Amino acid sequence: MNAYAENVFGEFETRVRGIMIEASVVDIRHGPILYLEDVSVSFDGFKALNDLSLYIDAGELRCLIGPNGAGKTTLMDVITGKTRPDTGSVFFGQTIDLLKMDEPSIAQAGICRKFQKPSVFDALTVFENLELALKTDRRTWSTLFHRLNGEQRDRIDQIIETIGLGTCHQLRAGALSHGQKQWLEIGMLLMQEPKVMLVDEPIAGMTHQEIERTAELLLSLQGHHSIVVVEHDMEFVRSIASKVTVLHEGSVLTEGTMDEVQNDPRVIQVYLGG
Amino acid sequence: MKLIGLGDDKLAMTVLAVLAAVTFIIPICNLLLPADSALHFSAYTVSLLGKYLTFALLGLSLDLVWGYCGILALGHGAFFALGGYAMGMYLMRQIGTRGVYGDPLLPDFMVFLNWKELPWYWLGFDQFWFASLMVVLVPGVLAFVFGWLAFRSRVTGVYLSIITQALTYALLLAFFRNEMGFGGNNGLTDFKELLGFNIQSEAVRAVLLMLSGMALISAYLLCRWIVSTKLGRVVTAIRDQESRVRFLGYRVEMFKLWIFVFAAMLAGIAGALYVPQVGIINPSEFSPLNSLEIVIWVAMGGRGTLYGAIIGAVLVNYSKTVLTGLMPEIWLFSLGAVFVGVTILLPDGIVGLLRRRLKELQS
Repeated sequence: MNAYAENVFGEFETRVRGIMIEASVVDIRHGPILYLEDVSVSFDGFKALNDLSLYIDAGELRCLIGPNGAGKTTLMDVITGKTRPDTGSVFFGQTIDLLKMDEPSIAQAGICRKFQKPSVFDALTVFENLELALKTDRRTWSTLFHRLNGEQRDRIDQIIETIGLGTCHQLRAGALSHGQKQWLEIGMLLMQEPKVMLVDEPIAGMTHQEIERTAELLLSLQGHHSIVVVEHDMEFVRSIASKVTVLHEGSVLTEGTMDEVQNDPRVIQVYLGG
Repeated sequence: MKLIGLGDDKLAMTVLAVLAAVTFIIPICNLLLPADSALHFSAYTVSLLGKYLTFALLGLSLDLVWGYCGILALGHGAFFALGGYAMGMYLMRQIGTRGVYGDPLLPDFMVFLNWKELPWYWLGFDQFWFASLMVVLVPGVLAFVFGWLAFRSRVTGVYLSIITQALTYALLLAFFRNEMGFGGNNGLTDFKELLGFNIQSEAVRAVLLMLSGMALISAYLLCRWIVSTKLGRVVTAIRDQESRVRFLGYRVEMFKLWIFVFAAMLAGIAGALYVPQVGIINPSEFSPLNSLEIVIWVAMGGRGTLYGAIIGAVLVNYSKTVLTGLMPEIWLFSLGAVFVGVTILLPDGIVGLLRRRLKELQS
């Protein structure tokens, strides 16, 4: 068999296997990978989410926008198990009920999150940060005896290249710039091989160039992962999103392409307070 | 807070070398050289050093919990005392008919209380292997149950510190009670023999010092290995950003529990080595003040370095010995002053100071 055929065959095989695993764990036969239905959350009487319903398709890149206090971060808290909704249902695929799981099990099932404020481990090096995120057995004893094999090492190196920190392998994460920390955290997301990536304000504190590279990276991930991005920067959102969801006072105001959304009179009213 | 770096390696090796010398050379000098030789150490010095080494082991175990996992446990002395009591119970049962009342089975205090039979929880303690097992098992199980409840309900920070303090205080009150069957406020004492050897003899003292040193060295190497593994890095990550670790899919409570139980077992071993060397164990070992002192040793030595805890424990206890000898009433004041001084002037403890010196010397 020549190298080309081997390549094609290899890729085909991984895809088929990938789909089989996917189907056996997360049921996405009907399209959406995340189902949020009639979700309400209130804090001391304040309704952070109000009967919100939202569906994210498998492999989709969705942007969430909305004014401050619209419930964007609360929504991510609900999906990742940090906040329990008062009512409503949240499903991962058709069968996995996320409301019955805690944060570690949700993360292990394949929903990973980048936080608004970059959250990397300052005392550890860039390499060690990624090592912790690497998808492996998370139990205590296996963590104690865990040794990286060549393949895993290569994977970490590869991600370090992808996030442009090639020269910072052994640098403590605490010494990185704000933008680099954001990238490292995105790298940590990738290490976990997530099915769903929740990305909260990825470009805060980044230079123009870094923003462009972030957009490229997110676009290249589309299709392999389902990605939900929360962002304030409209130009950035326009550059990556095919579909935008606007949140307002805890519910979905409207959904559509960036142009549709920006021309929607309700959206204009919400943003301009008209 | 730093992980082991290059400068640390040198300092750690120095500490290890000194420990090895104390562990092997002093007991041998004590046993082989005649009493009038300049290198002969008195039995008093040998016991004192042995005691310091058990304290160092206790400090080391707290550093693992506090320095690496960020759990400020203010009741760590409880595990030390429990290990000590387990060893004390074995030593009590070895007294046999040589007690004041000469009862072959019951320790003196039980005869005094007019008890007719040995309580069930004293059974088995006539066997050394059983007592040794209990030395690690009892602190381990208590740490497991306590940690399971506390970490699962995500009690952290100052609240956790307060309940650990409450735990050791509750044990203090319980062990004070005569009905508990642990000798009340007198505790367990008047030990005669350990594995058939006279516990007062100089040879046994020397061997105990050697054992304490060996336990400390092995525990240090083991702890150092643990913090160098991936589990060590997860634990460090928990210290710095607990919730982030959870969102990476790690069960934070299980990791905390693992470290907490392991450290409790080390503390138990330290207690078991301490009791035959001082000849007594009583409820005051549970006093919250003792647990606070351990925290001061670690803070003073340098938190999160492991060998810093050893330096801190030995230095603070040495000054305690000297000061309580000279002016007992000022000891607590000076301890407080040292703690305040270290916190303000040396946030990285003595180790931080040594590190800076080492850097200056190199450049």
